[in-house]
Amino acid sequence: MPRFRFLASKISALIQRRAWDQRVDEEVRFHLEMQAEENIRRGMDEQAARAAARRQLGNPTHVREEVHRMNTIEFLDSLGRDVFYAVRGMRHNLTFTVVVVLTLAIGIGANTAVFSVLNSVLLKPLSYPRAEELVSLRQIAPGVPGLASSSDGLSLSPSMYLTYTEHNRAFQSLGVWTTTISTVTGLTEPEQVRVVLISDGVLQALNVPPAAGRWLSARDQLGPTRPPPSVFLAPTTIMLGYGYWQRRFGGDRSVIGRTIIADSRPKEVVGVMPKGFRIGDAEPDLIWPAAFDRTRLTLGGFIYHGVARLRPGFTIAQANADVARMVRIWMNSWSDGPGTTSKAYETWKIAPALRPLKQEVVGSVTDVLWVVMATIGLVMLIACANVANLLLVRAEVRQRELSLRAALGAGRGRIVRSLLVESVLLGLIGAAVGVGLADAGLRLLLAIGPANLPRLDEISLDSRTFGFTAVLSLLSSVLFGLIPALKYTGPRISAALGSVGRTASVSRERHRVRGVLVVVQVAIALVLLVSAGLMIRTFQSMRTVEPGFTQPERLQILRIFIAATPVPGAEGVTRMQNDIQAKLSSIPGVTSAAFGSAMPMEGFASNLGVVNSGVVRADDRPDPASDTPPSRLFKYVSPNFFHTAGTRLAAGREITWTEVYGLRPVVLVSENLARELWGTPAAAIGKRLRQAPGTTAHEVIGVVQDVHENGVHQPAPPTVYWPSMSAYVGVGATVARPNAIRQVTFVIRSERAGTEGFLNQVRQAVWSVNPSLAVLSRTMREVYDQSLARTSFTLVILAIAALMALLLGIVGIYGVISYAVSQRRREIGIRAALGAQQGELKAMFVRHGLVLAGIGVAIGLGAAAGLTRLMSSLLYGITPLDPVTYVAVPLVLVTATAVASYLPARRAASLDPVVALRVE
Amino acid sequence: MGKDKAELLQGTLDLLVLKTAETMGPLHGWAIAKRIEQVSEDLLEMKYGTLYPALMRLEQKGWISSEWGTSENNRRARFYSITKKGLKQLALEAENWEQMAAFVARVLASTR
Repeated sequence: MPRFRFLASKISALIQRRAWDQRVDEEVRFHLEMQAEENIRRGMDEQAARAAARRQLGNPTHVREEVHRMNTIEFLDSLGRDVFYAVRGMRHNLTFTVVVVLTLAIGIGANTAVFSVLNSVLLKPLSYPRAEELVSLRQIAPGVPGLASSSDGLSLSPSMYLTYTEHNRAFQSLGVWTTTISTVTGLTEPEQVRVVLISDGVLQALNVPPAAGRWLSARDQLGPTRPPPSVFLAPTTIMLGYGYWQRRFGGDRSVIGRTIIADSRPKEVVGVMPKGFRIGDAEPDLIWPAAFDRTRLTLGGFIYHGVARLRPGFTIAQANADVARMVRIWMNSWSDGPGTTSKAYETWKIAPALRPLKQEVVGSVTDVLWVVMATIGLVMLIACANVANLLLVRAEVRQRELSLRAALGAGRGRIVRSLLVESVLLGLIGAAVGVGLADAGLRLLLAIGPANLPRLDEISLDSRTFGFTAVLSLLSSVLFGLIPALKYTGPRISAALGSVGRTASVSRERHRVRGVLVVVQVAIALVLLVSAGLMIRTFQSMRTVEPGFTQPERLQILRIFIAATPVPGAEGVTRMQNDIQAKLSSIPGVTSAAFGSAMPMEGFASNLGVVNSGVVRADDRPDPASDTPPSRLFKYVSPNFFHTAGTRLAAGREITWTEVYGLRPVVLVSENLARELWGTPAAAIGKRLRQAPGTTAHEVIGVVQDVHENGVHQPAPPTVYWPSMSAYVGVGATVARPNAIRQVTFVIRSERAGTEGFLNQVRQAVWSVNPSLAVLSRTMREVYDQSLARTSFTLVILAIAALMALLLGIVGIYGVISYAVSQRRREIGIRAALGAQQGELKAMFVRHGLVLAGIGVAIGLGAAAGLTRLMSSLLYGITPLDPVTYVAVPLVLVTATAVASYLPARRAASLDPVVALRVE
Repeated sequence: MGKDKAELLQGTLDLLVLKTAETMGPLHGWAIAKRIEQVSEDLLEMKYGTLYPALMRLEQKGWISSEWGTSENNRRARFYSITKKGLKQLALEAENWEQMAAFVARVLASTR
C-alpha cells in the first residue's frame, strides 16, 4: 500500500522537524561552498564569491520554511478536508450517525466506568506515603483445622506483636490493630461509634501526619491497670477520625485537649487524623491506644491485624524469613499459664505469609473487577462488530461515490484515509458522550455504594482513565473503520461503477465479511450468556443453603455494649442484658427476643474480652493421635437465642436463665461437631466436654443445626455455644471466675422488623433500662444480602452485559438476513415464479441464520469452556462447566436467532414474484 | 541576472529533475541545478531556493532516493538517483507534457 507509506512519511516528517531542518542546512551549506568555488574560478576574490553565492541562493530560512510548509500545511489541509466531508456526511445521515454514536457511547461509557473503578481500586497505590513499603503481617496456620477464619489466615496475638516489635530486623515500624465499637455519651443522644484500637507503631508505619494535634505515641499506651482478666491497661487519650470530627465538632480545632465520654470514661482528644485516613478499609470515628498489660499477656488472643513498613531494600521474602525466625522466639518467650506448654502451638505450623497492604485491602474484589472488566470489554467488541456492520451497509450505499472518487484519481490510501477519518470522528464523538455516561454511571454507583467494595470514595475519572478511553475509542474506531474501508476500496472498485453492487461475486464476498462479524458476535454473546448463567446458578445454589436462621426480614438485630465503668460485675452485666431482653420481648408484635456474642455473617467474628475459639475434648473419647485437637469456634448465647434466630435444634434443649445465673457448666454444640465426636446429634446429649485436662467439664445439653457464620459460600464451622455468662471458659481457667460478654447482638423476631415505628419502640425499651446505651440496628435481611453482595453485584453486571450482547447479536443476525433478502429479491422472485413454496423460501433464510448462529455457538462454547475457568473463584456449588448452563444457553441463543432470521424470511416468502422481478 | 531569462513553468521542475536524474545517474543537488541550467543554455533562471524542497518532496513520494556520498572535490554531499517508481512517473509526466505542449501550440496556431 504505497499511499500508506506516503502518509507515514508525511507523519514522520511532521514529527521529525529538527531532522529535516538539519538536512536543509547541510544541503544549503554544500550548495554555497560549491557555488563560491565556481565564482572564484570565474575570477572573484573569496569574499565576493561567497556573497554572490549567498545572493544567488536567496535566504536559507526561506528554504527551510518551504520544506516545513510542504511537510505540514498540505497534510493538515487535506486532513481538514476529510474531516469537513466526514462531518457533512454525518449530518446528511443523522439516523445512522445517532445509532452509531449511541452504540459506541454505551460501549465506551461502560468500559470507561468499569476501568475507572478498576483503576481506582486495584491499580492506584493506597493513599499513604511510599505505600509500596507497607505490608500486612499475615500468617497462616495450616495445623489448625476448622478455625473459623482459616481462609483469612491466623491473626496476631498481643504477645506476638511485642515479640515482633522487639526482635525484627526487616521493618522500620510495625503495629497491630483491631476494630470494635464504643458508646459516646454527653454530646448528643448516646451514639455508637467505630473504634480502631491501635498499638504503638501503627501510625508510625502508615506515616500519615495528623490534621490537627499529635499522633498517639508510646506514652499514650500506658495507664492504670484494669481488673483481671483484662489484658488492657486503661489509657486516657484518643484521636478522632476526620469524618467524626466534622460531624460532631464541625471541624473545630479547639477540640484538641477537650475531654469526651466514651464507654463512660473520660478521654482526652490529642489529635485528629486527616480526611481519607483509613486503617484497613475502615475510616475510624475514634482511634484508641490498645495499651496491652504486659504482665497478663499469654501466647494466645489471635485477633489483631498486623501492619508494618519494610525497611528500604527489604523484600517480602526476606521479611517472611525474619518473621519465621521470630515465631520461634515468641513461642519460647511466652506462656499460656501454669500447666500448659507452648508445644501445642508447634502443631499449628504457624508460618508468615506477608503480602502487600494493598492486596489485603482490595483482595476480595480483585477477581470480581477483572471479570467485570473482561465482560464489558467483550461487549465493546460486539458493539464494534455491530458498528462495522452498519458501516458496511453504508459503504454499500456509497459505493458509487467511492468508485467515482477512485476513477477521478484518488488513490486507495486517500480513500481509506477519508473513511478512517469518518470512523475515528464517530469514535471520538462516541467517546465524548461515553465519558458523560460513565460519569453519570459512577455517580450512581457511588450513590448505591455496593457493600464490600473497598476504596469506594477514591473512585474518580482521572487522567489515566481518560487515556484509557482515548486509546480505546481510537483502537475501536480503527477496528470497525478498517473492515469496510479495506473491503470497499479493493482493486476491483472501479469495476463496480457500472453496476452498483449487483456483481454477484463482489456482493457475495462482502456478505461473507458480514457473516463473519455475526459469527463473532454470536460467539461472544454466548460466552457472556454462559458467564451470566453460571452466576445465576451460583446465586441459586447459595440461596438453597440453609444459613442457620429463618425469615431474616423479620429479625431485627442491635449491637449493644455495656461498659465496665457503670456496670463492673459480670452478674450486673447479665442482669442488665436480661432486663433489656425482657423489655424488648414485651414490645407489641414481638414473638421473642434474645442475645448472643454475634449473629452469623455480622462481621463480629472476634470479640474483645472473650475467648473466640479454642480446643474442646470429649471425656468419653481418647484424644486423637495429635497432641492438639482442632480449634473450634466459640460463641456465647442467652436462653432462647436459637428459637429467636430460627436455628433448628437437632437434639436436646436450649440454656435456661437458671443455668446462666447459676454458672452451670452446660454447653451446646453444632451438628457437625456432634457428628464428628459422637456420630449422631442425639448421642451427644449428656456427654461431657472440657477445654483441657483438669479443667471443668461441661455437659452437652443441646445440638443445633450448622450455621454458616462467614457467609453461605463458606463452610459452617464446628462451633461450641457457651452460656452468655460463664465461669470456666478461658485457657487454663480452673477456678470459677464469672465472665459475661459485654458486647452482644440482640435479636428480635417481629413482623414489624425494619419499620421506623418499631425501631423507636426498640430504642425506648433499651433506654428504659439504661439511657446511656447506644443503639445501632439493622435487620438480618440486610446482613444476609450483604453477605451475598459480591455474588449479586457480579451477577447483575454480567446479566446486563449478557443481555446487551444477546440484543446486539440478534440485531446482527436480523440485519444480515434482512440484507440477504434484499440482495436476493430477484432470485426469490425467480424461485417463486418457478413454483417454490413459501415454506421452502422461509426455510432457506432461516437455515442461513441458523448456520451462522451454529458456527458462532460452536466457537463460543469452546471459548466459554476456556474463559469461565478464570471465574471459578466466584462460583459456588457448581463447576465452571455446569451442564445445565451449557445446555440452556445455546438453546436460548439458537431460538433467539431463529426468531431473528424468521422475521425477514417471512418478508421474503411473501414477496410477489412479479413485483420482485420488476424492481430490477 | 538578466531579465531575458525565462521563469520556470509551474510544475515543470519535477519533470526536469526526474529527467536529469534519469540521464545523469546519481547527482548531488548543486550538480542537478547546474545541469538543468547548462542544458537550457542559460536561458532558464534556476531558483535554487525551490530546488531543495522539490528534491525532498520527490523523495517523500518515492520517486527519487538519496544517500550520502563524496563529491568530486571531496566534500560530503547527498546524491539523488531516480527510482523505479520515478521512472514510471517520468514517463507519465513527459507524456502529459508533450500532449499539453502540442495542445498549447495548436491553440496558439489557430488564434493567429
